[in-house]
This record gives sequence, C-alpha cells and structure tokens, in this order.
Amino acid sequence: MIETGDISDFVGNSALSLKNVTMRFGNVIALQDVSMHVDSGSITCVLGDNGAGKSTLIKILSGVYQPSEGVLTLGGNEEKFSSPREALSRGIATVFQDLATVPLMSVWRNFFLGNEPTKFPWPLRVIDAKYAKITCKKELLDFGIDIRDPDQAVGTLSGGERQAVAIARAVHFGANVLILDEPTSALGVKQSGIVLKYVKQAKERGVAVVFITHNPQHAFLVGDRFYLLNRGRMIAEYDRSEVTREELVKAMAGGAELEALAHELESMS
Amino acid sequence: MSAATSVPDERVARTGAFTRIMRRPEIGALMGAIVVYIFFSTADTTGNFMGINGAARWTDVAATTGIVAVAVALLMIGGEFDLSAGVMIGTSGLFAGLLISEYNVGVWPAIGLTFLFAAAIGFINGWLVVTTGLPSFIVTLAMFFSLRGINLGVTKLLTDTVRVTDVDTAPGFESARAVFAAEIWQPYGFKMAVVWWILITILATWLLTRTKFGNWIFAVGGDKVAARNTGVPVKRTKITLFMFTSMSAALVGIISLLRLRSMQAGQGVGEEFVFIIAAVVGGCLLVGGYGSAIGASIGAAIIGMAFIGIAYAGWNTDWSWLFLGLILFAAVLTNNFISRRFQGSRR
Repeated sequence: MIETGDISDFVGNSALSLKNVTMRFGNVIALQDVSMHVDSGSITCVLGDNGAGKSTLIKILSGVYQPSEGVLTLGGNEEKFSSPREALSRGIATVFQDLATVPLMSVWRNFFLGNEPTKFPWPLRVIDAKYAKITCKKELLDFGIDIRDPDQAVGTLSGGERQAVAIARAVHFGANVLILDEPTSALGVKQSGIVLKYVKQAKERGVAVVFITHNPQHAFLVGDRFYLLNRGRMIAEYDRSEVTREELVKAMAGGAELEALAHELESMS
Repeated sequence: MSAATSVPDERVARTGAFTRIMRRPEIGALMGAIVVYIFFSTADTTGNFMGINGAARWTDVAATTGIVAVAVALLMIGGEFDLSAGVMIGTSGLFAGLLISEYNVGVWPAIGLTFLFAAAIGFINGWLVVTTGLPSFIVTLAMFFSLRGINLGVTKLLTDTVRVTDVDTAPGFESARAVFAAEIWQPYGFKMAVVWWILITILATWLLTRTKFGNWIFAVGGDKVAARNTGVPVKRTKITLFMFTSMSAALVGIISLLRLRSMQAGQGVGEEFVFIIAAVVGGCLLVGGYGSAIGASIGAAIIGMAFIGIAYAGWNTDWSWLFLGLILFAAVLTNNFISRRFQGSRR
C-alpha cells in the first residue's frame, strides 16, 4: 500500500501528479490537501459522490483552474497551466461528458476538428478530406469501433460510440494523459461496457488515464488505482491488489451510512 | 460506404444514390426552384419569362439578394443572425457616395475604404456578440436601427437631402462601373452583379466544404462548447463571419450606387429578412450548424423568379411579399419533412 501523503518517491516516474493541492473559492474550500499521482499505461479512478470535489479536481488537472496551494507536476516537472489550451498542448486531453463532439457534423470532421490535416499552400489550402476519412476510419477500427461510414453525422451514433470517437481522437493526437469526466454516467449497461473497453485500449497504448466517476462498479472493472474523494478531501487510496469490489462499493457509499439508510428504508415498508 | 470486404452492419439500412441526393441540404430549395420556375412559366403573359430576356431580369434580382444571402447563410450555419445586413447596403452605398461627392475621393479609393468600413461594422457586431454573450438577434437589431438613424441623419447633414448624387463625374467612375454595374452579354442585358453572385457562391461553397475555416463554421454553430473544447477559435470564427456579412452587403451597396449613380438614405431597409428567407429556403437551420451556400443561392433565385414572375404574370407586385411568406413556410415544412424522412436522427 502506498501511504497517503508519502509522495516523494513516486513523483519522478508518474505522468501527472498533484502534491498537497488545496483549492479555495472565497471562503469555500473545494479541495483540501489533495495528493494523487497518475502513471503512464494505467487507469487511475477518482471516485466521489456529488459535491465531493470531482469537478474542481478535473478543472485543476485540465488547466481550467490554478490551485490555491500545492503543485501539479507533469513528467516530474512542476507546471502551471494558464488555460485548457496550454494543458492540451502539453499532452493533457480532457473528454467532457457529452461536450466533446458536434452532433450535426460527420464523424471524420469531428475527429479532426481543430486539428484538420491540410494540403496545398495558402490561399488554396484545403482540408485533405481523403486522408482524413481514411485515417479516421482506420484509427477507430484500431480501437475496435467500426463506424461504417465516416461521412455519417455523429448524431446518428450511439452515446457510447460518441464517447469512443472523442477518446480515440484524444489518443490519436498524442495525449499522454487522458482525463475522462463521467464517461459512462449517461449510458446504459451495454454502452458503458463498450466505453470501458475503449478506456482500457487507451491504457494499453501507454496513456495515463484518469477516470472520474461516481460508479464504483465501473471503476473496479478497469481501474489500477482508486482514489476516494469526499467533501473535498482524499479519504482513501487503494491499489487494485488490495481491495475487493465489495469494499470499494461500501467505501464509496460511506459504509455505515448505507447500512443506516437500509434500516431506515426497511422500517418504512 | 464501408469497404466491400467488411460485413455490413444489419442495423444500417443501405443508402442508395437517391437517399444520398435527398440528404443534401439544398435539395428542398432545388425542387422548389423547379416548381416556381414552371409555375411562373405557365402564368407568364409576356412570353418572356422562360427566355434569356426573362432570365436576365430575374437573375439580377437573384444576384443582389444572393450575394448577401450566401454570407448570411454562412453566418447562420455559424449560429448567428445579422439583422443589420439590409441597412448596411444603404450605409455602405452612402459612405462611398459621400466620400466621392462631398470629399472628392476617387471612386476606387472610396470603394476600398467602404469595404474597410464595412469590415469594421461587421467586427463591431461580432465583437459585441461574443463579448457580451447577448443574442446576435438583439445586438444586430440595435445596429440595424442605429445605422438607419445614422444613414438619414448624416445624409441630411451633409447634403440637405435624403440622397447622395453626383458620383458619376468623379475619376474612375466608368472603370468601376464596368467592374461592378455594367451590362454583359448584349442584347439581353445580364448584369455584372450576376457574375459577382456566381463567384461568391463558388467561393463560399469552397470555403464552407473544403477548408479548415469551413469546418470551424459548422462546429461553432453546431455546438459552441464542444468546438471550444477541441481547440476551435470560436470568437475569431464568429467575428470573421459577421465581417463577411457586412462586406457582402457593402458589395451590393457599391453595385447599387454605381448602377443608379445615386443612393437613397433608406436603401436596403427590409432586405435583411429577405436574405434570411433565402438562407432558410436553401436549407439553413435557424439553430445553426447546418446548411449550404449553394442552397442560399437557390433560395435567392426563387425570390428573383417570384418578383419578376409576378410582374410578368400581370399581377399587382404587392403580392410578392405574400408569395415570399408562403415560400418561406412551404420551404421550412419541406426541409423538415425531407430531413426527417432521409436523415434518421438528424434534428
């Protein structure tokens, strides 16, 4: 088990880490003394209920906020990102729930959005559509997604496939760290399974994945390390080898609280 | 259109050539144009509508509408409106006319300055929309009424009348007129505006479907947040579209000024909705993210045929506006039907 707080020995080889990060908004403390680290080629799950501080954590990792205290390191070096764009240029890609693709645009246009491959010199510069379509189809096939026709609108894909396009896109454009904000929360059981498969694919390509969720079942299926966030504090940290699914679910639900709730519900009926 | 070797997905119905054609955003407008053309050809009392003479007339109306409608279509695909596009025709014509007649600027330098001025107005529209976050409907409505007041006020102040004249004695007038307002292909008398209209339609279609910027237009109109998350410069894209719209209106303003040799202070007011009608008839969605430049041009052609067709049919031209209203409604219904029938889940 890695002792919480003892971080000096792993900062060197982890892709991304937070050291004693505190985030305050006025007199509200959203995160307090949070430390975590994310390794390349592994999936780090951050579990927390509503209001636990997950959103704040994502925004610090992706460069939207700068922490009030503490440091963020990338590849062992201390970093300060002034914008999400800067974090992106340093290889940290964030896939936000349902906010990653434009439904009316075709799959290949979405895939290359903001990074369009071009040919011919300006002013005749155009998108190399043929290359884009072939590459998009191939990249998605490598991820195990057969999108049939890269010309179809993303809105015609299922929710899981849409998330997958966003994930494959981030990996294709060289993300070293991939932050996934609740990628399965709006999906059914089967669709969630598909997305989890793609999350694992990203890991196998050597990407450091941060998987943020309130669903311990999904986290346990793919996670290598688990952090539990509650009321702005990191309350527990487990390695995959030292925790069972039941323990994780129980810890996540607040153990005793859940039992109390069960009694209460029983007495009602 | 997956490779022949891959197993077809059983959930995906085969899309034939017919469905692929029906999926084009401008298909509704094209069918409408054919219907309108046949309708006015049969209603025609002069025997000219179907001929080249008639075409020279309706393409002129279509061209002066279409030049701005194409830019308005790009702006609408980008998710915004410009209600000041009509009055900008008057503003830019007056601006060029006053430079020439009151300040003795040559015609060509005045044209250059007018495009710069129009770009600045477009920039203000766009900058206000992206920084205040107010709907472009409100921002450009304010610009519409401001310019309308300025047009009248400044013209009266400088000329004591409500029109600018005496531009045809300035140096460069004849050469500028040859480029912007001449008649070509005699004896039929097609206008140069038609050439500009076709050029702008081709350019806009190329920009929209082939370039990076075109991709960004669809993205900022389709989902602003997703576009920003993927690194598209949303503000820059929108401001540029507003500048294109104002500059296209300036082109029509300059064409009118050179053609009529004068400019009325009220010119262009009311046209803004005609442009929007042309764009919507051409398949643009009001919510943005979808549409085509060719579609807007076909929409403009329908409007041109209607205006000239009604006159050729011997009816009172007051009825044109009723016709525009009906065309708009029919087009939106048809486009909705087509998209539901052929697009599946598309909005």
